[in-house]
Amino acid sequence: MSAPTRQDIRRAVLDTLCAIAPETDPAEIAPNRPLRDQVDLDSMDFLNVIIRLHETLGIDIPEADYAQLATLEGAVDYLARRCGAG
Amino acid sequence: MPTLGADMEAGTLVEWLVKPGDEVKRGQVVAVVETQKGAIEIEIWENGTVDRLVVEPGTKVPVGEVLALLRAPGEAAAAAPAAAAPRVAPVPKAQAAPPMPRSATPSPAAAARAKVSPAARQLAAELGLDLEAVQPAEQGGVISRADVERAAAARKVAPGAPAAPAAADWRVQMRGAIAAAMARSKRDIPHYYLATDIDVTAVTDWLAAENLKRGVAQRLLPVVPLMKAVALALRETPGLNGVWADGAFRPSAAVHLGMAIAMRGGGLVAPAIHDADRKSLDTLMADLRDVTMRVRGGRLRSSEMSDPTITLTNLGEQGVECVLGVIYPPQVAIVGLGRITERAWPVQGTVAIRRILTATLSADHRVSDGHTGGLYLAALGRLLQEPEALR
Repeated sequence: MSAPTRQDIRRAVLDTLCAIAPETDPAEIAPNRPLRDQVDLDSMDFLNVIIRLHETLGIDIPEADYAQLATLEGAVDYLARRCGAG
Repeated sequence: MPTLGADMEAGTLVEWLVKPGDEVKRGQVVAVVETQKGAIEIEIWENGTVDRLVVEPGTKVPVGEVLALLRAPGEAAAAAPAAAAPRVAPVPKAQAAPPMPRSATPSPAAAARAKVSPAARQLAAELGLDLEAVQPAEQGGVISRADVERAAAARKVAPGAPAAPAAADWRVQMRGAIAAAMARSKRDIPHYYLATDIDVTAVTDWLAAENLKRGVAQRLLPVVPLMKAVALALRETPGLNGVWADGAFRPSAAVHLGMAIAMRGGGLVAPAIHDADRKSLDTLMADLRDVTMRVRGGRLRSSEMSDPTITLTNLGEQGVECVLGVIYPPQVAIVGLGRITERAWPVQGTVAIRRILTATLSADHRVSDGHTGGLYLAALGRLLQEPEALR
């Protein structure tokens, strides 16, 4: 399987957020604002987001890297780098 | 109908998960009840065989009323099987016929409440109308659909009456349940409040190292070792763990830790994590994950709602440094945890950057004094210095 594109990764992140926080409107998410200011996520929810991304994209996300997933844009950058996206 | 929290007066039976003749085991979920705090799974506390389901789905009944009759293991049916068979036949769900008395042999439970036709009950549920507010056309008669329609019409014209159907708006009900419990708490419980700063660097360091070894799905949240320490410290101050009932404190040997969990869209519940002092951190994490998921999407169980012996509220997530909780009656204490912050902290004659947590205790002064509360917070602080021992 070829590496996912940035578009695939963005979709995976948004799908995950919508699954964990069903009231999320993907169109409303500002890419550079902290996700936790925009989506009602507590630490259990955030951990579930990480677990789901791990399952979807097949990469391990160490706890020390969580801060890099604080915004949508940051998460897509980080995950694209980790997945070797083209 | 079990009580599923302070100030619950009644619940609506949504469905039966067992039928007459079924064997049931202690702890088994047998029914679902709708309360102000959402749908709750009702567990049974005896082994035996279901003899008869007394209350029909869709019926709202007060706390303490008989829901079903159970035969103890080995006990024969109350009547001969042939006679019992028609007696256990459920009342048809959608009865189009005109209202009539529901049963030729009303149970004590049925006799204790107003008689309501199934069609009237269904309409009242659809309209969000409390059947207790409906009077039958004849004194002592059966409440009919027409009676419900009349009561609903009266409600519409009543000035200031809520227009939205109550049954649909669970948020209003949830707010009402919280309001009732918290008003009762502030009215009846003389709270005292204590706070202390605890250096939790040992815990956060240990946790970071531990999580590094673990896969994503096995990681622990910082609150998990805190839960364990909160539960263990109660062994040293049993006067904070238990309930106030009938004018006296009843201490509990078991620690059932009520976890205050916010619901999506507002409101909160504090279901119990049973025997939190005796569980491993992995089990506590699994239980917390399970109960959080069920608070937000599934169903809680009756025992989780009714038997916490103390509550833990953890508001650090929102950046709050200090939370002074309101005790959830009939409990006698609530522990509050704030955000873990890095602070300049004296260590052995010098200043270091340490991770500090403000822990608070609100407790019932009828049961304990500030001295006991102080001992509790000291024990909590001590336990958090040895994270290895919390596993």
